[in-house]
Amino acid sequence: MTTTAASLDAIPEVSRVHPGEHGHLEDLRRDPVGLLTRVREECGDVGRFRLADRGVVLVSGAEANEAFFRAPDEVLDQGEAYPFMTPIFGEGVVFDAPPERRKEMLRNQSLRGEQMRGHAATIEHEIRRMVASWDDEGDIDLLDWFAELTIYTTSSCLIGPRFREELDGRFAHLYHELEQGTDAIAYVDPYADIDSFHRRDAARAQLVELVAAIMHDRASAGMPSRDDRDLLDVLMSLKGEDGSAHFSADEITGMFISMMFAGHHTSSGTAAWTLIELLRHPDVMRGIIDELDALYADGRDVFFQALREIPLLEAALKETLRLHPPLVLLLRVAKQDIDLGGHRIPAGTMVGATPRVSNRIPEDFPDPDRFDPGRYVDPRQEDLVNRWTWIPFGAGKHRCVGSAFAMMQLKAIFSVVLRDYEFAMAQPSETYRDDTSKMVIQLEQPCVVRYRRRRR
Amino acid sequence: MRGALPAEAPMRVAADLDLCQGHQMCLIEAPEVFGFDDDADQVVVLTEHPDPTWAGKVATAVQYCPTRALSIIDDEGARRARP
Repeated sequence: MTTTAASLDAIPEVSRVHPGEHGHLEDLRRDPVGLLTRVREECGDVGRFRLADRGVVLVSGAEANEAFFRAPDEVLDQGEAYPFMTPIFGEGVVFDAPPERRKEMLRNQSLRGEQMRGHAATIEHEIRRMVASWDDEGDIDLLDWFAELTIYTTSSCLIGPRFREELDGRFAHLYHELEQGTDAIAYVDPYADIDSFHRRDAARAQLVELVAAIMHDRASAGMPSRDDRDLLDVLMSLKGEDGSAHFSADEITGMFISMMFAGHHTSSGTAAWTLIELLRHPDVMRGIIDELDALYADGRDVFFQALREIPLLEAALKETLRLHPPLVLLLRVAKQDIDLGGHRIPAGTMVGATPRVSNRIPEDFPDPDRFDPGRYVDPRQEDLVNRWTWIPFGAGKHRCVGSAFAMMQLKAIFSVVLRDYEFAMAQPSETYRDDTSKMVIQLEQPCVVRYRRRRR
Repeated sequence: MRGALPAEAPMRVAADLDLCQGHQMCLIEAPEVFGFDDDADQVVVLTEHPDPTWAGKVATAVQYCPTRALSIIDDEGARRARP
């Protein structure tokens, strides 16, 4: 039933737990999962909350999600939906490109099928390099370790191997400070006087210095041969009309930060949560180790197999993504009035979908809080059947362009580490949990696991 | 048709062009069935009722489509993941 006048009045508003002057901002800052879950519980498929002076309509369920994800950019736009990203990328670097530009990125940024083989080899190489520094047994912090690994893989695959060789742990550390600078208070003031924003700005300035130093060294060394050039060489070679460099170190750093952002904390967090879930479910872990041992018994290469079926591992990865989607809230701004779930929503409203809540709708995913990789086995295939509610990668035109890359990377990581090492928790199981105080959700530290070389 | 489909029942392959982003993964899995329109930058279903011997490849293409744009539709119009 669609009413003619666009208004939010008929949409139920969710309760507040943490009072404050900016509507539900404190709820979003302190317990975003609680807030999003409550919207569906109290309001159903379409509910709303308030961020400062803006209404946010939150949808869930297949029907409303489909309308949300199918809406074209002229109707639901991502441009202004993530103000907390602007100080990180820099002014003028957008969070997400329109579909035409995304196609361009697919073509140029080598996320396409045919280029995946090269990426798989690069990723296997980077994992082996990280593991090479391990002893026969020891401890790793999951957040630190996977965050560093995925800095190397994303920089090497998306920017180029030459650039990756110019990075070390400092880059990963600074990048982490950026990700920590995503407090939802940015919806009121992206430059609010809080510690995490000061650290964010300091980290960005240091990243620009690192990149400027790399550019300086490259400029003195001269252009490498065509085969060795990477994206940074190309960007440095572009000249403005007066013959000076077209892009500053600041602009190039912003571009690189934005290119790597979508693939970094997301892949890093999913890898960490997969290992935690496998440690919590030893039977599933056993099955996957047997699967990998059988697959690789003939000595085949990881980079070959990571692009092919590894059914049990893939099911565990999908189930981890369902329970722990790296992004819990996907936002757009309505550019014109739009009909969603029987309501006419006025232009200017923020509209959101929530992977965290939709992924756990019990009608679509029976016993939704249970880790059950069997959901993806024939004939259940709950990810394909529920294409509008199994949405760890989003859906529709803006569905994550890196999902195939991400799955390949995760398969490569576990193909290497589970073949050569066994793992154990180094802290009580329930102490592995997310820190949800920022819009970029990451594991709360400490999150340590113990590794030991396998005897085979 | 009610009940189980006979083995020779043709499968019908469909692509949702609202969803296709042009990753071309399906071209790697089943090049006999999926082509590419370079101008539109989207998938083209070359044969809507592919040879049953390609069923496995088509299923893999559907399963691994990064944007969930492909499906196999049975006689009753229901989407299926598998032939």
